[in-house]
Amino acid sequence: MGNCNSCSTGCSDTAPNRTALVQIGGVYDYVVALAGNPNTGKSTVFNYLTGLHQHTGNWPGKTVARAEGFFTQADTRYKLIDLPGTYSLMTRSVDEEIARDFILFGRPDCTVVVCDATVLERSLHLVLQIMEITNRVVVCANLIDEANRKMIALEARALEAELGVPVVPTSARRGHGMDHLLQHIHEVATGAALPQPRRARLDDEIESAIGLLVPQLLQMIPNLPCPRWVAMRLLAGDERMEQALRSGELAEFSKDPAQELVLV
Amino acid sequence: MTLRLSELHPGQTGHVLRLDTEGSLRQRLLDLGLVPGTAIEQIMHSPIGDPICYRVRGAMIALRQQDARNIQITI
Repeated sequence: MGNCNSCSTGCSDTAPNRTALVQIGGVYDYVVALAGNPNTGKSTVFNYLTGLHQHTGNWPGKTVARAEGFFTQADTRYKLIDLPGTYSLMTRSVDEEIARDFILFGRPDCTVVVCDATVLERSLHLVLQIMEITNRVVVCANLIDEANRKMIALEARALEAELGVPVVPTSARRGHGMDHLLQHIHEVATGAALPQPRRARLDDEIESAIGLLVPQLLQMIPNLPCPRWVAMRLLAGDERMEQALRSGELAEFSKDPAQELVLV
Repeated sequence: MTLRLSELHPGQTGHVLRLDTEGSLRQRLLDLGLVPGTAIEQIMHSPIGDPICYRVRGAMIALRQQDARNIQITI
């Protein structure tokens, strides 16, 4: 229960690899999304990986729209999307909506969640939410140098076992741990490693409600990504999700993930 | 003992019992980690007493009195 294997579409594990889709700005084999709380050094990670100079600064809400860059790892070409910093994917703000829509409909081959290692507990909330949508997650525990200075040690292997996804301590500013991060991104995106996220265990009542909703959603929108998650949002009374379902927006977004990538 | 978060004294720590709010504020508080059982410490308040600063899960957050009043805690 609570595992994506139970949902008939298998979420983004079945996402088609958008091999060699020609795009303005470059050719790539896989798409990687960069998510995370505001002010965790997400843009620094982005700049390190892409060699770009996206403006970084010490205030939240800085990455207003989506930035894109490219990098190569082990002869594989990657497109990296820097999503706006958010605490949640529950869509109260435009930023959260951009992040959620991309992770859900863009079906990235890997989603890196950048966390602040000095207040890791706070970031784990978003990690869990993203793990509900996709299996292909890598946790980047950034600012590990600052955490160490504050006498905080991170047991990455233990956290990895708890979460079921790779956890990589990094200091993007100093370039520490970044090779390790690249390696994990490569393994997850290419499918060489398939993380098995541990998901929240829900009440039987909620599970049975999800079980009723999922087939109906799939009947309405056969290509719907992660219907289990959409069902959970509907049950939680997410008005925007309900509206998106009624208006056909959800169906439109679900049509062609590759096209969506171009449009967003 | 159950009280409202707004009744916490500086330096005092309580544990979240229940959020008596709805809609987006409730979601926001949950997103900030104020789920039942979470330890929350009052750090200080602004000179006029509002907003109040709390420590939650290693992060400092500021809440309005009126919002803190709707959070039930145990000490």
